[in-house]
Amino acid sequence: MTKKTPLYDAHVLAQARLVDFGGWDMPVHYGSQIEEHHAVRKDAGVFDVSHMTVIEVTGQDATDYLDRLLANDIRKAKLPGQAIYSAMLNEDGGILDDLIVYSNNPDSFLLVVNCATREKDLAWMQQQIRSFTCEVTERPDYAILAIQGPKSIEKTRGELSIAQREATARLRIFQGVWTEGWFIARTGYTGEFGFEIILPEEDAPGFWDRLVAAGIRPVGLGARDTLRLEAGMNLYGSDMDESVSPMESNMMSTVVLPDRDFIGAAALRAQLEKGKLRKLLGLVMRSKGVLRPHYPVFCDAEKVGEITSGAFSPTLQHSVALARVLRTSDSMTVDIRGKMHPVEWMMPPFVRRGKRVQ
Amino acid sequence: MAIFPEELRYTETHEWVRTEAEGILVVGISDHAQESLGDVVYVELPEMDTEVEAGAEVAVVESVKAASDIYAPVAGKVVAVNSRLEDAPETVNNAPYNDGWIFKLQAIQAGDFDGLLSAAEYQAFCEATTQ
Repeated sequence: MTKKTPLYDAHVLAQARLVDFGGWDMPVHYGSQIEEHHAVRKDAGVFDVSHMTVIEVTGQDATDYLDRLLANDIRKAKLPGQAIYSAMLNEDGGILDDLIVYSNNPDSFLLVVNCATREKDLAWMQQQIRSFTCEVTERPDYAILAIQGPKSIEKTRGELSIAQREATARLRIFQGVWTEGWFIARTGYTGEFGFEIILPEEDAPGFWDRLVAAGIRPVGLGARDTLRLEAGMNLYGSDMDESVSPMESNMMSTVVLPDRDFIGAAALRAQLEKGKLRKLLGLVMRSKGVLRPHYPVFCDAEKVGEITSGAFSPTLQHSVALARVLRTSDSMTVDIRGKMHPVEWMMPPFVRRGKRVQ
Repeated sequence: MAIFPEELRYTETHEWVRTEAEGILVVGISDHAQESLGDVVYVELPEMDTEVEAGAEVAVVESVKAASDIYAPVAGKVVAVNSRLEDAPETVNNAPYNDGWIFKLQAIQAGDFDGLLSAAEYQAFCEATTQ
């Protein structure tokens, strides 16, 4: 039996193509993935991401616990409701998951982790409590909506209550606020402005309908993937997993090493000392064809790595990819079905706020 | 719901086939196939005059979802390719049975066409395999 989000009926009614996504019946698109992609880049789209796992961390040691658990420094969160993106590592420095943590106050945090890693994450987080005075509680009673795109904020605010509108009026990017039982944050996974809203599951269908009536287009997980790839954001399970560290996953800006003792820190220091690390970077192919995961990447005649995520970019009208490679050169190629195709490398993002980068 | 035109023949690999004059067969992918692939973003067309066995890989349709091989429904020689797909691959989605054709084959044995699936057989096959 696959699980259904509170918006399942709305997806069926909107003629979504539903797929089993990590044990959940989720919409991959509602007709055209490419049109949904463009809607987010040019206007506004709404995603049901209620399959993702919401976890509360509460208690007097919650800050110290997260300081130990996460590669990023939770104490960097100075604003109320500030979001921190972080990897959660094992002792070897391998990435167990990537997550967002919203800091409400020093003894109460909200984490959003991936759906495919839910059980592993919860078990790991329970195990790491040890002598910390804190509690880790899953909150499956919440739904999550992401509303993204240049018009998303204005269109969404029209559908919020007066109190919610006031509470969100001065939110900065990467900041959220609790208002009337909803957590509303200026975060997302598309490279556009927008909100992510964590709300009680019973509130989700009515709010979804109001957003759609306000001209916000339902967008499936297919477009979510091409949007995040254009924005140069990693996907757990494709671009990183337990076999790689943040250093080899273009995530060093999310790791705070000095004077810290988080799980995996010693392994990361050893890796930095040893050197010869692979690099996760972007590839651009201007000729026709589509870069796909696991295609081999070459510098001259030498295989230097492989693609981890690749797709046709609807915004750029050619293919882009993320690849993990040993080295780069000015003459890189990708093997597509036995033919070598020239590619250029760059550091992502490829697209930001609707526009090509570079 | 996908459309299965009566006058066409089909394969279990989701190509449709139409007879043109003198043993020339037009080949494309079915409505059911384009629906499950999603938006088509690139079609790799075969070289003209390529000689192929029945079941050989002839072309590749790349959608937002995956790269899918297109197979020769019968043995023959490629005598035409739909070059409009180079600039408008979405035609495969919008008009799979006419403007979205992919290539034409000169069949070695004209009778091979009759061995392909009828619309009813293919529809039953699709229904059985998507349960």
